[in-house]
Amino acid sequence: MPLSAYLGLAALVFAIGLFGVLTRRNAVGILLGIELMLNAVNINLVAFSRFRADLGGLIFTLFTIAITVAEIAVGLAIVIVIFRVRRTIEADHLDLLRG
Amino acid sequence: MTEILGFWVAAVVLVAASLGVVLTPNLFHAVLWLAAALVTTGGVFLLLDSPFLFAVQLLLYAGGVVTIVVFAIMLTERLVGESIRQTSRFVFNGAVLAAAVFAGIVSFLVQAPAVARPVVTGDQLRDLGRALVGPFAASLQLVGVLLVIALLGALYFARTED
Repeated sequence: MPLSAYLGLAALVFAIGLFGVLTRRNAVGILLGIELMLNAVNINLVAFSRFRADLGGLIFTLFTIAITVAEIAVGLAIVIVIFRVRRTIEADHLDLLRG
Repeated sequence: MTEILGFWVAAVVLVAASLGVVLTPNLFHAVLWLAAALVTTGGVFLLLDSPFLFAVQLLLYAGGVVTIVVFAIMLTERLVGESIRQTSRFVFNGAVLAAAVFAGIVSFLVQAPAVARPVVTGDQLRDLGRALVGPFAASLQLVGVLLVIALLGALYFARTED
């Protein structure tokens, strides 16, 4: 398959993840959408790395995976704390900092 | 030939699983769809001749992230005492914006010249290990620091109030 096929697949998954982030009301659902978007970026990086015979893309992918895992751990910890305090994880109800 | 077949199978499964993540009302099912999408992404890595990343993807994403999210959902459902339904809002606007982003990226892709796929040379895993302790050693250390900070942060948030 040509490089653009992989990039197109990644773009489609990225768009679906963006749709999830924009439309979900639940904070955990938004985090899942972010996961999808980061995952699509990983496909891009590995595809470029393969088609350019450059190892840098694989290194980048390893780093994004590690950073994503850290992000989801802290993000979910924050969600659980918010749930404990406010009894809701609906993103629309979390407007404590609204001016 | 197998690559073309594998690519289309992976593409259909990946897109279907991604749609499942963003469309199912049941949050728990959404996480299971996410697990399917992540494993299929690992399959795409295999098609791109990166078996090491496939293993990392299975271990860290499909193993680690999905487990954490399932834990979080079960904890919050237990606290609230009912199964969490989730609804979506601004579905039309979100779909329009996502389609616009997709169309924008694809309009760049169709202009791009075709690139020939080079043949695999050498041991990818050995090169990766050498690069991680050679030119990328500082960033590897930084990722280690980041993971420690994330661990401390999660511990800080999860502590009990006393």
